[in-house]
Amino acid sequence: MTTKLFGEPVRRREDARLISGQGRYLDDLGPGALAAAFVRSPHAHARITHIDVDAALEVDGLVAIYTWEDLPAGVCEPLPLLIPHPALTHGRTAYPLARDVVRHVGEPIVMVVAKDRYVAEDVCSLIEVGYEFLKPVVGIEEAVSGAHLVHEDVPGNVGAHLVQEVPSADGRSAAEAIEAAPHTLSFRLDIERSACTPLEGKGVYARWDADDQSLRVYSSTQTSTSVRMALAAKLGLPLPKVEVIAPDVGGGFGVKIVHPWPEEVLVPWAARLLNQEVKWTEDRREHFISSAHERAQVQHVRVGFDDEGRVLGLSVEILHDHGAYTPYGIIVPIITSTQLLGPYRIGAYRVEFSSIYTNTVQVTPYRGAGRPQGVFCMERTMDKIAQHLGRDRADVRAANFIQPDQFPYDQGMIFQDGRPLIYDSGDYPESLRKLKDLIGWDDFPAQREAARAEGRRLGIGLGCYVEGTGVGPYEGGHIQITSDGRVHVSTGLTSQGQGHETVFAQIAATELGVPIERVSVVTGDTRRFGYAVGTFASRAAVMSGNAIALACRKVREKALRVAADALEADPRDLEITDGVVHVVGSPSASIPLATVAVLSNPLRYAFDEEAKRATQFAGAASMDRPPVAEGEEPGLEGKDYYSPIRSTFASGMHAAIVETDPDTAEIRILRYAVVHDCGKMINPMLVEGQIHGGVAQGVGGALYEKMVYDEHGQLLNASFMDFLMPYATEIPHIETDHLETPSPLNPLGIKGAGEAGVIPVSAVIAAAIEDAEGLPIDRMPISPSDLYAIRRTAGN
Amino acid sequence: MKPPPFDYHAPTSVREAVEVLAEVGAHGKVLAGGQSLIPLLNMRLAAPGHLVDINRVAGLGEIETDATGVRVGALARHAAVERSAAASLAQPLLGQALKQVAHSVIRNRGTVVGSLVHADPAAELPAVLALLGGSVRLASVSGEREVAAADFFTGPMESAIRTGELAVSAFFPAWDGGTAFVEVARRHGDYAMAGVAAAVRLDDDLRVTAARVACVSVGPAPVVVDITEACGNQSVASVDWGAVVAAVQERIEPEADIHATADYRRHLTGVLVERAVKAAADV
Ligand SMILES: Cc1cc2nc3c(=O)[nH]c(=O)nc-3n(C[C@H](O)[C@H](O)[C@H](O)COP(=O)(O)OP(=O)(O)OC[C@H]3O[C@@H](n4cnc5c(N)ncnc54)[C@H](O)[C@@H]3O)c2cc1C
Repeated sequence: MTTKLFGEPVRRREDARLISGQGRYLDDLGPGALAAAFVRSPHAHARITHIDVDAALEVDGLVAIYTWEDLPAGVCEPLPLLIPHPALTHGRTAYPLARDVVRHVGEPIVMVVAKDRYVAEDVCSLIEVGYEFLKPVVGIEEAVSGAHLVHEDVPGNVGAHLVQEVPSADGRSAAEAIEAAPHTLSFRLDIERSACTPLEGKGVYARWDADDQSLRVYSSTQTSTSVRMALAAKLGLPLPKVEVIAPDVGGGFGVKIVHPWPEEVLVPWAARLLNQEVKWTEDRREHFISSAHERAQVQHVRVGFDDEGRVLGLSVEILHDHGAYTPYGIIVPIITSTQLLGPYRIGAYRVEFSSIYTNTVQVTPYRGAGRPQGVFCMERTMDKIAQHLGRDRADVRAANFIQPDQFPYDQGMIFQDGRPLIYDSGDYPESLRKLKDLIGWDDFPAQREAARAEGRRLGIGLGCYVEGTGVGPYEGGHIQITSDGRVHVSTGLTSQGQGHETVFAQIAATELGVPIERVSVVTGDTRRFGYAVGTFASRAAVMSGNAIALACRKVREKALRVAADALEADPRDLEITDGVVHVVGSPSASIPLATVAVLSNPLRYAFDEEAKRATQFAGAASMDRPPVAEGEEPGLEGKDYYSPIRSTFASGMHAAIVETDPDTAEIRILRYAVVHDCGKMINPMLVEGQIHGGVAQGVGGALYEKMVYDEHGQLLNASFMDFLMPYATEIPHIETDHLETPSPLNPLGIKGAGEAGVIPVSAVIAAAIEDAEGLPIDRMPISPSDLYAIRRTAGN
Repeated sequence: MKPPPFDYHAPTSVREAVEVLAEVGAHGKVLAGGQSLIPLLNMRLAAPGHLVDINRVAGLGEIETDATGVRVGALARHAAVERSAAASLAQPLLGQALKQVAHSVIRNRGTVVGSLVHADPAAELPAVLALLGGSVRLASVSGEREVAAADFFTGPMESAIRTGELAVSAFFPAWDGGTAFVEVARRHGDYAMAGVAAAVRLDDDLRVTAARVACVSVGPAPVVVDITEACGNQSVASVDWGAVVAAVQERIEPEADIHATADYRRHLTGVLVERAVKAAADV
């Protein structure tokens, strides 16, 4: 048995449980709890004139009905604006229940608590809400016209406006550099709305313990620690009296990092008030109309370049539709603006964005979080440059790459963590070489011609990205080795199926020298670990992974110290293998970690045979020092935190070959290739899994998914019947290759891998379709009907 | 997403079922495979006071086949019909269409007759029944009647079934020629943006002597067009497809929705007509 598991393709430990129905998701908990349901606005923009509950009061099984008027101080206030920013001059958040104006279809107005969800929905259907209609603002164009306002006090519907300018090395502005460039192009790009759509929606289940005056909340969240702090503050409870636990969570992809959701405050509040368990499980329609969406942007691009295709100046204006509220600030357009630069060294760069209110569901990060839009912009730009110059698309990219000897590379901007955008490491030319090999880039033109001779249309495209991962501020890890030899690992951030149980166990097993079977991992439970930030921005492996490694190192050191005492050896001569501490080169001089754990905790009372060894008359203790020496603690336990100076930057490149049907305009992905560099891989199989899932979501964004709002602000496809999340049948086989450029920023040398797969897909597919069709593709997603319309407009 | 309250009935015979249906009248709704009805209930788009679950009714699961065609009982699941070798032999178009109906989990529950009664203009089976000139047998307390496909599909999600009636079976006539069903859907198993069922008969010189198509998703009900004349008694290789497509496009009334424009549906139907007829003629 080996304990050197870091880097091995260890099978996911959580899968047996999760795929055999043993998972404990939110709705599996509290089967006897009362159920909450909500009356939500059917209108995109309206003033509430009255709420009449009379008819509803007759329903058998009704427990309570609440409107905004019923909410106490704290609970009744607008939800927090989580990430303030000086440029967000007009940030607005919703009330947990609408106060007087509703600003999107789906906004909660009345909360109903009943004996079960059936009754709760019956009650909802009998509550009558009166509305005075206000003009809905839908679509970026209408919003920027400012003719009608989403919030009366936000002129022009502009929530935030930010300009960032990075002059060229010779001090020119982007405008000057573009002006002076031998070639210039300008164009417009459009990206539609999509959404995270985890298979499990949100959900909250709360229990108030009246005897203990404490609250336990289970939430399908990406951040239990932060929900806990928000709840303690909102409900006026002492923090130690609030516990928040993220049970098994069926996907998050960003939407569950937003918190506290209205229901996350209201359900615990009602549970306490009623002194009964209350649960709310979001249904699919609720998830579509009252959680969050992402992606929608319009981009106006101007670029100046030289004969080699090197970008001398780039200017991008982004109109970002953030929906009705801004609880997550302007993180998405900030990421678009900064990560747009990708692996490239750009002469001069100017980016300006306006973040715009519309009467639609709010926009918060969805896997990729603004990067797919930025990469779409930059990669479409690279393709247009290549086409303009008649050069190879890969060569144009290569001409702009940051070179391996130029790291750390400072892009001169401020990243989403408020810290400088400095790339730590990477090898972009090598990634491109691998990608071209993998997809057969150089042989493709011959293939395309051969296919064309048979009446088939084939095209190839590629796209590159850099992803800032592992953003701070910190995460922590706690390790406890108990007297049965088991290793208990906990970290505060949460899991949504990524495989944290596996990779964190791999790290602990490797660091401590114990068999992985003895390691158990707990995430997202504030009873076990109180300090954490959350799971987002491809940060869990980097942040908690390193924190756990550091905590293990502390515990290991202590284990060696205690064992050295017992073995009368020098700790420097000791090693741990298979859970046993032994003297290097003298295997018989050994002591199991279980025994070390016993000895590390001086006892008065023997609770079992093993424990006797640590009791006061056992003769093990030195009489020269106190049983717990100064600076020591009882137990084989340790905690540490990892807080990076700044983010670490993963990168990758994708390529695809697509076929378009000349008659039906159907689009089929024939091959999809990925080269990925996330530094040292803890588990290559899990990295691959993350890539597959990401690419699948990317294919959704490129070919299938969009949120279709009509001019009244009604979401026309709020179900999986009409919002086309791709099935497995729509996802191509994904070919992968890896590069490992370690990060110099953290002890394990790792970078994040969670979002990477999704980022360049739209750019890659657009490029490949463009290549097959010979027509510009500037708007994503694209359907057969769209492609047909593009052909018609082009006259063929 | 929970249904509003309803009374639940589980009759065990056709007699009992039609009696319950007669009693509850317009407030009653038959529950067969539930693949269309249950989502409508859960989304509260339908609120029948009484649900008459026919899944325990004896004798409705039969698939009877003879030289004249296939009679499918009201409880025969899509999957059972799809897998029935005898049915495929007697009327291959059934299997050709069923392969494109939803996904296997849905086909395991959904019924052929339920699909006909549901009368979704994007559904495959109504087009099959219409193309073949089949019929639906309806039972009520006052007896049985057989309604021809041409009279059965009266509009989008509307059929000739009356309050108090239970569809007990459907009859798909045999066809002594070739058949095919081609369609283009957004995703595998989705309702088609356009689809065409074709039935073609050739003479010994491989000339088209009879040809009909039924188009889905381009009208309030399946649009059946006899294209024999447009095929001009030519062999498939020499048919003037422009004329055939024009003859069909003249008859369809596609509408735009969020997945496809009317224009695209019209174009796509044209492409699929040619493909379907060629496939049915096996060339
Ligand atoms: C995700 C998904 C995808 C689908 N894709 C397709 C597709 O591509 N093509 C397609 O054709 N279908 C598709 N369907 C629908 C599926 O084929 C249904 O099963 C079918 O339309 C209805 O059959 P059912 O037995 O489920 O009927 P139910 O849902 O039980 O009933 C449907 C309607 O018919 C009535 N009804 C049913 N049986 C009788 C009867 N014997 N007498 C009187 N009234 C009756 C019911 O009262 C109800 O109004 C899809 C369904 C789903 C959920």
